[in-house]
Amino acid sequence: MKNSISQIKKALIEKKISVGELYDEYLAKAKSGNSNSFNLVIDRENNISSINDSQNRYDNGNPLPLDGIPLGIKDLFCTKGIRTTASSKILSNFIPNYESFVTQQLLNDGSIFIGKNNCDEFAMGSSNETSYFGPVINPWKNKNTQKDNLVPGGSSGGSAAAVAEGSCVASMGTDTGGSIRQPASLCGIVGLKPTFGSCSRWGIVAFASSLDQAGPLTNCVEDAAYVLNSINKHDFNDSTSSNHQREDYLIDINNSFEKKIKIGIPSDYLEDVSDDISNQIDNTKKALSKHGIEFVDVKFKTTEYALSTYYILAPAEASSNLARYDGIRYGFREDGESLDDIYLNSRTKGFGDEVTRRILIGTYVLSAGYYDAYYRQAQKVRRLIKNDFQRILNKVDFILTPTTPNEAFKIGDKLDPISMYKNDIYTVPTSLAGLPGISIPSGLSKNGLPLGVQFIGNYFEEKSLLQLAALAEKELSFNE
Amino acid sequence: MSSNWEMVIGLEVHAQLKTSSKLFSSSPNQFGSEPNENVNFIDSGMPGMLPVMNFGCIEMAIKTGYALNFKINKHSVFERKNYFYPDLPQGYQISQFEFPILSEGYINIESGDNQKKIRIERAHLEQDAGKSIHDIDPKYSFIDLNRVGTPLLEIVSYPDLSSADEVINYMSSLRQLLMYIDVCDGNMQEGSLRADVNLSVRKKGQELGTRCEIKNLNSFKFIKQAIEYEFQRQINIIDGGGEIEQNTMLFDTSTGETRAMRSKEFSHDYRYFPDPDLLPVNLSQEQIDKIKPLVGELPQDKLNKYLDNYSLDKDIAKIIIAEKQNANLFEKMISESTVKPKFIAAWLVGDIFAFIKENNLEVNSLNDKTKDITDLLRLISDDVISNKAGKEILPKVLNGQGKPSELVKELGLEQVSDSGELEKIIDEALVGEDENILKFQGGSDRVLGYFVGKCLKATKGKGNPKLINKILLERLKK
Repeated sequence: MKNSISQIKKALIEKKISVGELYDEYLAKAKSGNSNSFNLVIDRENNISSINDSQNRYDNGNPLPLDGIPLGIKDLFCTKGIRTTASSKILSNFIPNYESFVTQQLLNDGSIFIGKNNCDEFAMGSSNETSYFGPVINPWKNKNTQKDNLVPGGSSGGSAAAVAEGSCVASMGTDTGGSIRQPASLCGIVGLKPTFGSCSRWGIVAFASSLDQAGPLTNCVEDAAYVLNSINKHDFNDSTSSNHQREDYLIDINNSFEKKIKIGIPSDYLEDVSDDISNQIDNTKKALSKHGIEFVDVKFKTTEYALSTYYILAPAEASSNLARYDGIRYGFREDGESLDDIYLNSRTKGFGDEVTRRILIGTYVLSAGYYDAYYRQAQKVRRLIKNDFQRILNKVDFILTPTTPNEAFKIGDKLDPISMYKNDIYTVPTSLAGLPGISIPSGLSKNGLPLGVQFIGNYFEEKSLLQLAALAEKELSFNE
Repeated sequence: MSSNWEMVIGLEVHAQLKTSSKLFSSSPNQFGSEPNENVNFIDSGMPGMLPVMNFGCIEMAIKTGYALNFKINKHSVFERKNYFYPDLPQGYQISQFEFPILSEGYINIESGDNQKKIRIERAHLEQDAGKSIHDIDPKYSFIDLNRVGTPLLEIVSYPDLSSADEVINYMSSLRQLLMYIDVCDGNMQEGSLRADVNLSVRKKGQELGTRCEIKNLNSFKFIKQAIEYEFQRQINIIDGGGEIEQNTMLFDTSTGETRAMRSKEFSHDYRYFPDPDLLPVNLSQEQIDKIKPLVGELPQDKLNKYLDNYSLDKDIAKIIIAEKQNANLFEKMISESTVKPKFIAAWLVGDIFAFIKENNLEVNSLNDKTKDITDLLRLISDDVISNKAGKEILPKVLNGQGKPSELVKELGLEQVSDSGELEKIIDEALVGEDENILKFQGGSDRVLGYFVGKCLKATKGKGNPKLINKILLERLKK
């Protein structure tokens, strides 16, 4: 079991370890690791003053909430003075002159960044194989095929692998259709996607604006609460940032529920699943039933439409969000004879296949004559999906689903985009509804690979969602 | 030849809003800065940057709604208009499309001796693009992003206009209204107000023809020239047996001709969709009502007031209301003095405006001289000085060379209104004029003018003409 943030903070307070020693331990792992989970590891010199400041605060007895905690940051968050690439060739030389809102909160709370985590290019992918910097390798191995390299999931695959291999205590990821929860599940760690509007999108390279949401990938549920306390704040500069009153997510995390809790299990999610997957749900149900939690069957009416809705809306927004990468002002440029050639050359060579595919799909669904049939229709279906969730969350407190339909697969195994897209079948509906979801490790597959379950809560109810996840975690913990 | 042809014109007017910052970013909204000075990370389309709506623009749109008789929509939506161009850093322009903030308005314009109602389909808020500069270097183009994100209100009329003069009247009425409600500075040269003209021709009474759109006209002169040229061009094509192609045209200011920029087949598919970075604008009735008092008096209100309350001549009243700053200056003078408004108005549109024009001044620059001006007008209307003396002193007052009363003394222009002194002068003037006196008594009024002139000359122009007249009559009737 890896050390949690509270254990690390305790050790720092009790001076069993210094901030510098802690940092060096993680830095060494980040540098020696062979998971390719970092696009960039920050030089020690660049962190030295942060380390000293942090140590001083511990020495003076007033450490900040995340003081000295080494974090990984998905290479989608703009970090001031530190190259930010979105794992794309087109931004491979881009150094922002500003810090994203979320990473600024983490810095304000004393954390220290190890580096920028590899991810799918522009967060488009479910296996971290679309990165310009090469695939990330899952630290876990299939016990039957030891030598095969497995995918960590995606798009926050570098974040998940880095936390799983211990090269950072936690990592910031982003989730558009499952990009935090799915890799967390495949790497055996915790991944939280907060409610859309909880954490500011300001300074995060945009994929699909109406779906993108930042969230933590951590070793345990309590760590997720630590990070969420830091990053979940209203931001005036993001018009979709909610200004509701935030809670302290740590305060009740280890308490049992005062009221009786009812959890819905969508039977339609569990048709045709493997034994591995149904076992996860059964284990979780058994473990939580012991605590007096009631389980009921629920049935969605819209599940079958979720993936196609998502793969219209997300590419539509992406096709427009990625228009700014044109080789004119910053980033990669391939010159040409005319302006159109510069656009064509820069974008053709700057974007990988999956990104190009999604830009084309998005451009198509927004085109004159197709807009009503695709984009407008998908918006209507999205509304129905939201209503469907609302209907069920009126009857139950939480929803329990598998996080993924399968365990981690071999790098290069899923060449067909549609079968890749199906990996997000359990996470995409929650994203479309804008609801919070958390994946926690729930057990191992027959091949000895980690699998997770997802709990879904109501809008902005992260506090009770984390409380439930922490309760389940105690019962479900497994040894590597 | 073209007498049985008529033109049908609709106008898209882009009015730049007079906000201190841009529509979706905090960069300053100002003209004439160094290139790329007023540009922040949002304007330059950096990764991860997000737009935040400037509510001041919504307030200005609402004000416009009241002034142009629009329906003010409680629900409006910002959408992205997608196209690639180097002066459009985001790769899309944020605009309103399906749900504009204003719909179905109108204004009345003058057409010949009549009023004509011009219906306005919609007005929506949008960002302006930057500027591409192609004539500095033979090889490279340059980009100035200062204008990126500047707030525009695009006002789209129905095709209700049927002559260049009507278009000019419509544009100038719009300009006047927008300046009155303080949402646009109306500076066409700097591009604060520009028009796209949609024009088609037809034989009188026939169906609408195919239209062409002439883009980006920024002076009344060019609008008129472009319309006249395009009208004739389309007639010539049809008369020659051809058909009008639906084209986007550019007006070449050096040749006075329009030429095709792109045809409909090559028109962009802008792939509009609601901007997911922005929430829809949902206004409450209270928010809309709150703006109404800020609209203030509109030109027509002022015209009525000037005619009814101040008994101004219509022509003079119109000159004063033409620009809000004229009206402001006028009303300031009225509020500060007891001189008759009609008297003030006559001097304002006469000598005062002439002075402003001659010296190339802003009307506003006289706002701190109103007290001196009305003091001077008081002296004139009280006959302390003559009209002529007033004209002499006015430029000095406007130049700030002294107070009117002091100037009068300094220049010795005070009118002689002492009747004793005048009587003496008149008596002297009548000496040796028996013949003329008899003529007057015989009924020749003309002689009176001669005597007045003679007396004035004797006072070196300083005698009060009215008083001279009165005394003369008394003397002559004896």
